[in-house]
Amino acid sequence: MASRHLAKEQPKTFAFSAEGEKQVKYWLKKYPKGKQRSAVIPMLWIAQKDHGGWVPEAAMRVIGDRLDMAYIRVLEVATFYTMFNLKPVGKHLIQVCGTTPCMLRGSGDLIKVCQSRIGSAGSISADGNFSWAEVECLGACVNAPMVQVSNSDGDLYYEDLDEASMNALLDELASGKAPIPGPRVDRVTSAPTGESITLTDASLFDGSRAKKLKKIPNAPAKTKKAAAPKKAAPKAKSATGKGGK
Amino acid sequence: MTDLRKVNIDGKEYEMPGRYTLMQACEEAGAEIPRFCYHERLSVAGNCRMCLVEWVGAPKPMASCAMSLNDLRPNRDGSPANIRTNSDTVRKAREGVMEFLLINHPLDCPICDQGGECDLQDQAIGYGRSETRYDEDKRAVEEKNMGPLVKTVMTRCIQCTRCVRFITEVAGVEELGLVNRGEHAEITTYLQANLTSELSGNVIDLCPVGALTSRPYAFSARPWELRKTETIDVMDALGSAIRVDARGSEVMRILPRLNDEINEEWISDKTRFVWDGLKRQRLDKPFVRVNGKLRPASWDEALATVAEKLQGDPDKIGAIAGDLADMESVKALKDLMENLGVRSIDCRQDGAHIGEQGRSGYIFNSGIAAIEEADAILLIGTNPRVEAPVLNARIRKAWLEGDAQIALLGAKSDLTYPHTYFGNAPSDLESLSTKKHPFITAMRKAKNPMIIVGMDALSRADGAQILRAVGKLAAEWKLVREDWNGFNVLHSAAGRVGALDLGFVPLKGGMNTGKILKAAQSGELDTLFLLGADELPMDQIKDTFVVYLGSHGDAGAHRADVILPGAAYTEKNASFANTEGRWQQTRAATAPKGDAKEDWKIIRALSDHAGRTLPYDTVQDLRKTMSTPKDEVFDPAKLGAAGKIKAAVFAPSSRSFWFTNPIARASEVMAQCASAQVTQLEAAE
Repeated sequence: MASRHLAKEQPKTFAFSAEGEKQVKYWLKKYPKGKQRSAVIPMLWIAQKDHGGWVPEAAMRVIGDRLDMAYIRVLEVATFYTMFNLKPVGKHLIQVCGTTPCMLRGSGDLIKVCQSRIGSAGSISADGNFSWAEVECLGACVNAPMVQVSNSDGDLYYEDLDEASMNALLDELASGKAPIPGPRVDRVTSAPTGESITLTDASLFDGSRAKKLKKIPNAPAKTKKAAAPKKAAPKAKSATGKGGK
Repeated sequence: MTDLRKVNIDGKEYEMPGRYTLMQACEEAGAEIPRFCYHERLSVAGNCRMCLVEWVGAPKPMASCAMSLNDLRPNRDGSPANIRTNSDTVRKAREGVMEFLLINHPLDCPICDQGGECDLQDQAIGYGRSETRYDEDKRAVEEKNMGPLVKTVMTRCIQCTRCVRFITEVAGVEELGLVNRGEHAEITTYLQANLTSELSGNVIDLCPVGALTSRPYAFSARPWELRKTETIDVMDALGSAIRVDARGSEVMRILPRLNDEINEEWISDKTRFVWDGLKRQRLDKPFVRVNGKLRPASWDEALATVAEKLQGDPDKIGAIAGDLADMESVKALKDLMENLGVRSIDCRQDGAHIGEQGRSGYIFNSGIAAIEEADAILLIGTNPRVEAPVLNARIRKAWLEGDAQIALLGAKSDLTYPHTYFGNAPSDLESLSTKKHPFITAMRKAKNPMIIVGMDALSRADGAQILRAVGKLAAEWKLVREDWNGFNVLHSAAGRVGALDLGFVPLKGGMNTGKILKAAQSGELDTLFLLGADELPMDQIKDTFVVYLGSHGDAGAHRADVILPGAAYTEKNASFANTEGRWQQTRAATAPKGDAKEDWKIIRALSDHAGRTLPYDTVQDLRKTMSTPKDEVFDPAKLGAAGKIKAAVFAPSSRSFWFTNPIARASEVMAQCASAQVTQLEAAE
């Protein structure tokens, strides 16, 4: 990740969209009075969504004014988190995970695809459709290698990619389709590929192997006298986790 | 404090308050702890890791600045925790930290202005490895603009964030920040705007490396070439402790000294960067006006000319002492004038209505350090941020750490701390105490209430009436108690309190500044003696013979018929009383320029020429004749004069922070600051 700078060409003004404004209000309400500055990250995020995927400098000033916060403090947050793009991005921002599990499983190939089809990291493709960046772990290691695509539809994960499926994904995106997120191999989410090889015995699930419960372990011995002290009753209930109404 | 903890430091057992940090405890025990990011007057950041110490038994070394004795638990056998500051572990840890800090630090000490007084340099020698093991490329960081005062070489930055914390916490303007992160972290202002704080120069001292250095001083001297003189400042009425570094006959720079009673360890930018004004526009020989033109003259000729004029009708002679006049010269001038029978003398060239009703009526009674104890502060007709930035930082501290409530009645301005604003109509003072407002209630109930009244209020035509109204408020809110006196006057002139202490005010039947000027305008005044007084409407003085004694060719010297070249505050051993009434002395760092002499000596020589020889030959003899006036019982309600306050509002002071005295007006750096400020204001609009 190279040093992050603000884009040279910046819009003079910025205003939240009607939808964005609604979300801003939600976030401002969420924090206790006097702690509204906590909303700086959500507000930057909303501004980024409102402004085609990147945060212009004018938006930082707007947010600073809204939160009664020095502009430099907003800038500090915006430059600290790499999820905020400070320069224009393509319609689809491809974020290729390059951390160890993905790297071992072939994220290098995905990066090569990006480099050949889009250009160097941070640049926007000629048609304006794509830009890409290598990012740190996105937490989908079990489906490595993967990319996150940020566009007007949201931030979607495309997983278990290889060179061919990556190319296909870019083709689909370029043609204006909305590809279904998820694994690109034969599996459901992070379940094993192909057929199950464990826990295949049907009797495991029909209840036939269950033994009848004779005694609840650690349950208190039944008191003989019915007039037991009332105080103890709720305690006994909670100990078994059962009973009551 | 009963909360004492036992701790074993370097093999010796101590008992110390539990709130002490390990660093404080170790220092108390006599150990030296290296540090970069930690600073006594700033919040703890704990990011440089240089102050690591060993807590025996702990798996890793501890950052001693961020851990208190309360955080330690005793050893298993119950004996106090063992802290080591000189073990092998500590030595290794320090070497490691030092090595990491030096990875990206350029080895440009020979061309770095910090060289010779650099914490990193010193600590690398003391605690670092002898050689580098790092072969990779170092990172480089772009320079950042921070205005005309602070020069940046950001590649040298070690991200201690002292500057960020100072600007945010003490100066109170959030302008510096750390952007990006990790290896790419950089200190910058927002979009590289100029720093606007009047205290911004202090980041130069705080920077432990050469990342932030003084731009006007850049590449001009090495610390070991400089002759250091400990003296005091006269740019405002605080009398901050400073150190003047000179080489030969030139002042090279000015640095703050520690004085917890006044300036802690900060000084304003005007104090710090005014020194180039000491080299420009200097009066270095006597001048006499002949046929409308000033021409150089000998001392004898100039003094004889003045002496002859002083022989005239004493009622037609006046003397005005300026803002930078030292007490010795004021005393000598007063004695001379009294000797001649002159009664029209005044030291209040702005016409402030103070100084004739007892000492408590014109000083900052509570003292500057006591601001921290105040819990309600009312500012009247003052803008401390401009008039005394260091004092303003103290008020901010009272708000930040002591939760003091602050209110302002005066020209609206950004004081760097939240305050109640009571408008800018002085006539509101009379009804202020009847107002139903939480601040007024707080003022009544406060343990240590404080009023600070400034020169904007007292130098108005109705200043005496305003003073009466303020005094009444002070009496009503019981600001003056046995153990507390919260009635404070904030002066803007360094020489004012000293001159008032010596009674440099119109003697019985004499004229004050306003009347002297009127007489000069109407031609009733024959001779006017200006002791460094430049802030007067010189064009009003018509045919009067003007004698100017001062150090700089400013307004007074331009109008003068005889110029007697005096010494600036860095060139004389002179006394000044600050706004608290604290008598302090400057020390000469260099000799006066050219033929110039110390001011009191000139007046002493003049008295000789006038045949009225003053009875002292040495400055010690002169000082023996000076004494503070005795303070009678102080009743604030009797201050000033009864009468109606005019409706005119407090106007924002027309004098710029950068141009308040002749030395500052001669300084190019001050002019740059002023124009940078104007450009920034225009850009913001």
